[in-house]
Amino acid sequence: MSDRSPTVPIDRPPSEPARRLGHFKPRLLLDTDHDLCPGCGEPVAIRLLLDVIEELGCAERAIGVVGIGCYTAFTSAMDVDLVQALHGRAPSVATGAKRMRPDALIFTLQGDGDMVNEGLQEVVHTAARGEVVTCVLLNNGVFGETGGHMTATTALGQRTKNTLEGRDAAYHGHPIRIADLLAPLGGSAYVARGSVHDATSVVKTKAMLRRAFEAQLEGRGFSFVEILTMCPTGWFVPTAEGPGYLDRVLRPVHATGELKNGERCVTTAALLAENAAAQAAARPPRD
Amino acid sequence: MTRALLEGSEAIARAALAAGCRFFAGYPMTPFTELLEHFAELLPERGGVCINAESELEAIGMAWGALATGARAATGSTGQGIALMQESLSEITRAELPLVLFHMARGQYDYTQATRGGGHGDYRHVVLAPVDLREAVALTQLAFHLADRWRNPVQLYGDFLLAHTFESVAVEPLEFGALPEKDWAVDGSLGGSGHSRNVNPIGMRKGVKGIEPEAFWKRLAAKHEAIAAAEARWEAHRCDDADLVVVAFGSLARFARHAVEALRVGGARVGLFRPVTLWPFPAQALARAATGARRIAVLEQNAGQMIDDVRLALLGAVPVEAIGGISSDEAGFGVGDLYAPDEVRRRVEGALPAPGGAR
Repeated sequence: MSDRSPTVPIDRPPSEPARRLGHFKPRLLLDTDHDLCPGCGEPVAIRLLLDVIEELGCAERAIGVVGIGCYTAFTSAMDVDLVQALHGRAPSVATGAKRMRPDALIFTLQGDGDMVNEGLQEVVHTAARGEVVTCVLLNNGVFGETGGHMTATTALGQRTKNTLEGRDAAYHGHPIRIADLLAPLGGSAYVARGSVHDATSVVKTKAMLRRAFEAQLEGRGFSFVEILTMCPTGWFVPTAEGPGYLDRVLRPVHATGELKNGERCVTTAALLAENAAAQAAARPPRD
Repeated sequence: MTRALLEGSEAIARAALAAGCRFFAGYPMTPFTELLEHFAELLPERGGVCINAESELEAIGMAWGALATGARAATGSTGQGIALMQESLSEITRAELPLVLFHMARGQYDYTQATRGGGHGDYRHVVLAPVDLREAVALTQLAFHLADRWRNPVQLYGDFLLAHTFESVAVEPLEFGALPEKDWAVDGSLGGSGHSRNVNPIGMRKGVKGIEPEAFWKRLAAKHEAIAAAEARWEAHRCDDADLVVVAFGSLARFARHAVEALRVGGARVGLFRPVTLWPFPAQALARAATGARRIAVLEQNAGQMIDDVRLALLGAVPVEAIGGISSDEAGFGVGDLYAPDEVRRRVEGALPAPGGAR
């Protein structure tokens, strides 16, 4: 008996040619160099965004309004029309653009520092006004671009460069669950929170983006998708530990799921309970 | 020409519509409020949009978005509200968007804010200061033209008197000539073409990593030099033989012109130099107008703001003295005791050089 390793039998030629990395690239993504860190969740989220725009047939009617954060530099690679806004100000800019171009698919792309710290009132008013735009929040719980500082969404206990002993509610205040502020407003039609820390979440988040854009295309009102993204650099964890840290630290605060869709309107607390129940149900029964 | 008796705010709003303004956003604040009211009434019935913004920051943001799509758009406020807009004003200048900003000022306390601003970095915008409503109607339309011509914000500096006084004016569309195509605006149609656009204030380009701030800022600085060289506007009234040249702008210049006429009747050799553009300040024209003068009297309603530009224009060639000063009504809205023909005349008369001196 030989100790040769087994060989995969080849009884027919491959049905499709080999595909290189570029073949998986969305059409709306240019292959521009960028400076985002390894393990960053933002390019994953932006890729989903571009995929959905393409799949909805909206590539030639989309205008993105971009905030200021790490993702800003990445937008040179987004092959859709863009307007660069100031920090926090994208929702009002999107409002003006939508009112002049009602047929365009208008979205904002903002981080948690941008939307929830600097520009909180902008997104709240835009939702309340029922502005027919889609705001997309990339929430990693830190100012990534400045190097890992506390934002309004940072979890209690989370260590950042200006909460070295962890965010202390008594000293630094409590995190804002922005989706909870937006979902109950009369002007908002669709509000959801997704994540890109694992494959299942990526698929679910893509569906959320699609539903949000559909709400806009159908003129139903304001739509909002928050996407939890990894920031291993700003969290001071090894790259590979980013997804686990997101799941362990951010998700218990900013639970994933749909908060508002049609008749449904729930809080993040309700989502946490729903998710816990679903997890318990999925666990195999013990003998 | 059909003339009508119109409130200043309404005439200005109608002039903006005549210029093709399709979008306005604003937040109420005296004495700007009525302008917002008239846009809210007039724009929707003509297919435009007026939004009651939740703050001045959002008002200018909304205008920014409308401008980025290529529409003619405007916002406005008074000095306090425009103070809130300063970050956007500097950055929208770098985004090269043709914003028109209506500044219904509380008097002339905001000359420095209007001409220097409080935003960041090197930026400038044209500031037009009409003397009366007839000129305001023309300059409002010119503001939209200059904004598009230079892809640069233009501010119309009015005040309580201009906004609230009724005058008989005709609002007719004015022609200022051809403008370049807005080949930078976004309508969403270029996605996936490899030529999609990014209307942005930092010089980002699609498909190119990073930015080149130094080259970008130098190009904008050169543009602002070109605007400064091309767009200075002024009125020199009876300055040729004047011993005393009064320098005044906006509503107060109207009082100054009246004083000059009255004193001329009595034989005084006095003239008025009126900057129509506060930026670019018509420095060379003022230097020419002041060539034979023995004294320059700056009439402005503040502790001394434009006087800095007057001194820079004259570089000590002629003595410059302030004859205005702080003056306010009880509410602080900008119409103080200084706004009285006899008071202005008394101050101008008091500045006349003693007769017989060398010119």
